[in-house]
Amino acid sequence: MSSVAQALADTAVVAKRNVIKIRRVPEVLTFVLISPIMFVLLFGYVFGNAIEVAGSSYREFLIAGIFAQTVMFGATFTGVGIAEDMEKGIINRFRSLPMAGSAVLAGRTASDVIYNVLSVAVMAITGLIVGWRIRGSFLDAVVAFGLILLFAYAVSWVMAYIALIVPSVEVINNASFMVIFPLSFIANTFVPVEDLPGPLQTFAEWNPVSTVTQAARELFGNIPPGAPQPDAWPLQNPVIYSLLWIVAAVAVFSTLAVRRYQRVTKN
Amino acid sequence: MEPAIEAVGLVKRFGDVTALSGLDLTVPEGTVLGVLGPNGAGKTTAVSILTTLLLPDEGSARVAGVDVLADPAEVRRRIGLSGQYAAVDEVLSGYENLEMIGRLYHLGKERARQRANELLERFDLTQAANRSVKGYSGGMRRRLDLAGALVAAPPVLFLDEPTTGLDPRSRLDLWEIIRELVTQGTTLLLTTQYLEEADHLADDIVVIDHGTAIARGTSDQLKAQVGGERISATLEDPTDTAAAIEALVPLAVGDIESGDPAGQLLVPISGGAAVLTDALRRLDAAGIGLRDVGLRRPTLDDVFLILTGHRAEEDAGPGGLAEGASADDTEAA
Repeated sequence: MSSVAQALADTAVVAKRNVIKIRRVPEVLTFVLISPIMFVLLFGYVFGNAIEVAGSSYREFLIAGIFAQTVMFGATFTGVGIAEDMEKGIINRFRSLPMAGSAVLAGRTASDVIYNVLSVAVMAITGLIVGWRIRGSFLDAVVAFGLILLFAYAVSWVMAYIALIVPSVEVINNASFMVIFPLSFIANTFVPVEDLPGPLQTFAEWNPVSTVTQAARELFGNIPPGAPQPDAWPLQNPVIYSLLWIVAAVAVFSTLAVRRYQRVTKN
Repeated sequence: MEPAIEAVGLVKRFGDVTALSGLDLTVPEGTVLGVLGPNGAGKTTAVSILTTLLLPDEGSARVAGVDVLADPAEVRRRIGLSGQYAAVDEVLSGYENLEMIGRLYHLGKERARQRANELLERFDLTQAANRSVKGYSGGMRRRLDLAGALVAAPPVLFLDEPTTGLDPRSRLDLWEIIRELVTQGTTLLLTTQYLEEADHLADDIVVIDHGTAIARGTSDQLKAQVGGERISATLEDPTDTAAAIEALVPLAVGDIESGDPAGQLLVPISGGAAVLTDALRRLDAAGIGLRDVGLRRPTLDDVFLILTGHRAEEDAGPGGLAEGASADDTEAA
């Protein structure tokens, strides 16, 4: 077998193991499914009722941003899973086997796609219940969901890398939030980027959370008619920019993470 | 013939801490090397380097004929590792763990299945094969972990403190299994902080402390290095001590220790049971009664004390055999 085929086979073995764990530890799955519902209801009602947007429902406007933000939070599971495997010595076991060095991480990020799909599905249903509607075409909606899931996959790789550089499971959540919070709040999720002060505005314009949100809003047809056109290139071309960011993030962080994995041992 | 494991001048530093400071190890094919040392001596670091988990700062190593630094992937194909912390997945069943490891050794689906079942059978885990490892006892976990190391039937096996934390019964079971493996020709490097374990399982022993070997040889050689046999006698009447010493002086090959506790004598001798018989005759002739008497060979614990100036278990807490080591093995890399 070629080394690429071998690496894929190893990845499948690791992913299968993770899937078994998803089934056996339903508590994790429950949490994965409840928190998106909570996010949609919380942000949808707390913020959604507070602000009036002319000609449209603010809640509907918010949903795409909540999707993008929530899948990013969900990606912390990738980091937690890897940090746990390290703590329990399973990573050392894997590293002593003649398997592909990338397979443990690739298997983890692959199996976490299941969490993301379920989480997005739950959010979409909750959103529909509270009044969100897909007003674009079916195909556009599929592209929007696809983009959100690809974004989640890319963030999983970021979290995988973070998990390998932090010393223990206890700090992984704090470390992830240091990445997640700026990304999710210095964005167009809740407020228009134009209202942010200078440097924050630039950050928000190039923030992938903003562009994924913008893309999804456009594709779902959730942009109110007469809303101002964004000035920044990433927000004007949100699908292209988001895809570029996703490809770059996966390339960079998978390389960093795999390199790190090959040197890391349990402390 | 090339040794199955050969390490030369291994040095590893973690920041200011030097875990290994020039360790040499040689394990001829088909033999067992016991690497003996307290917590923090560098045992796990040495195993990590030999099993490709860690790069040394200096030194070189060959395992199963392959250079560890030049071709780590090939080394991994030829070794099995069972760690100090039972590295099996708690959520998976015993069968699933072994099958997964088999797949990752690239045995193929059928062979991985077959091998998992064989090993479960051999390690007496068939009953628990489909249960989550979470419900296994400590001994069962260790057996499963060891089985994991054997999935690919590797010619060279590394067991890093395989029985730490196990109760005496499970430890004896595991020793039995390990001895059986060795008779089948596997080369084994075993680390332990239990002197008794090295004594039972190892052909050769390397005693390490602070990252370097301070003694090596067979168990008997190490014991001889510390001094030979002694007669240990407890007098019925402690006031006979002076008379007893006078009677036994001609047999002693060194100073006779006495009085700790009162009425206790330790007489260094050479010549074994014949000398003991002679000693008994002399004491009898002098009319000195004995409560207890025996021939005592030094234990590896004595060896350690003399070589390092501290007892082997000192760093591991007050653990006897069953207590196990504290979990915070500072040497772990």
